[in-house]
Amino acid sequence: MTEPFEPQIIAFCCNYCSYAAADLAGSIRMTYPANIKIILVPCSGRVDPLHLIRALEEGADGVFIAGCLEGDCHFETGNFKAKKRTAYVRQLLDEMGIEPDRVQMFNIAASDAPKFVQIAKEVTERIRELGPGIGVKREELKEAKWRKEI
Amino acid sequence: MIVAERKNVRELLAMVEGYNRILMVGCKGCVTVCNAGGKKEVAILSAALRLARRKQGNPITIDEMTLDRQCEPEFITWLEESLNKNNYEAVISLACSIGPQYIAEAFEDLPVYPGLNTSFMGGTAQHGIWEEYCAACGDCRIHNFGGLCPVTRCAKNMMNGPCGGSEDGMCEVNKEQPCIWEKIYMRMKNLDTVESIREIRDAKDWSTSLSGGPRKIIREDLTL
Repeated sequence: MTEPFEPQIIAFCCNYCSYAAADLAGSIRMTYPANIKIILVPCSGRVDPLHLIRALEEGADGVFIAGCLEGDCHFETGNFKAKKRTAYVRQLLDEMGIEPDRVQMFNIAASDAPKFVQIAKEVTERIRELGPGIGVKREELKEAKWRKEI
Repeated sequence: MIVAERKNVRELLAMVEGYNRILMVGCKGCVTVCNAGGKKEVAILSAALRLARRKQGNPITIDEMTLDRQCEPEFITWLEESLNKNNYEAVISLACSIGPQYIAEAFEDLPVYPGLNTSFMGGTAQHGIWEEYCAACGDCRIHNFGGLCPVTRCAKNMMNGPCGGSEDGMCEVNKEQPCIWEKIYMRMKNLDTVESIREIRDAKDWSTSLSGGPRKIIREDLTL
């Protein structure tokens, strides 16, 4: 019997809102899927298209950015930048023949732990539907033969 | 600077269809400034191609390298060692079209593909927005027009005043583009030089433009 597919999902969460929401979810003992691996960023505007595409290439089945609510960014426009970059990467994925839904962006307020949990569940479900990603496998990653910077 | 933009990934995938090991070469000059072919864009685009090929079930190895400039043969020679060592089947250049042409001339047997479309000579209006300002006509006359170039920035290349089709200061060909002749007039009025616009001038010398074939500049005082 084969194991059910458990996607690996990277979540870039901003320090001021969505990371706080994820933290709060933990504090009030709301569980969210363990498939979500959080990377803390100072602001969602720090996330670059390269981070998203590298995450997919190095084995993530899905990636999402979570920033503050629109208008609430601690740095005023970081979440709008992240929104445009997400759109750019989704278009790139479309050109590549890969499902754009593997990269998404959400806005979550610091106090809104239930929304974080709901999004974590929805994204996990969506990526499960899409199936395994196309990134390199763990053993290939160790050898790092597929890419070299000269 | 020279402004360029990335080609569609589908087009690039078709170019490298038959290859399994290629080198993607970026340029740290103009195309880095216009976010089309610098080190980061090489990283993004090569990752995109590798992922797309994995998806097709036909993985490709793409190594990354970014040269200080691709518009000088001396920098192109830096590729030689790595090309010999790694047996690349082809190269994608992420420079303006000067880069891939120099690579093609330097390495006779190596197929070379352009990763960018070279668009125009212009400036950065703001981050992410670039505008064409110069057509390289080879005979600059902007001092006659308040320092602004009608050859490039007028859709009809009018040299003798506005066409009369502009509306509210915007061009009739492209409603989002300001009429450069209105700008020229307002600026010359401001500088109190607007009367000089009436002077009859010699016809512009177009022999210095591209219509005379590819151009070449030789500075004897600098040649080795």
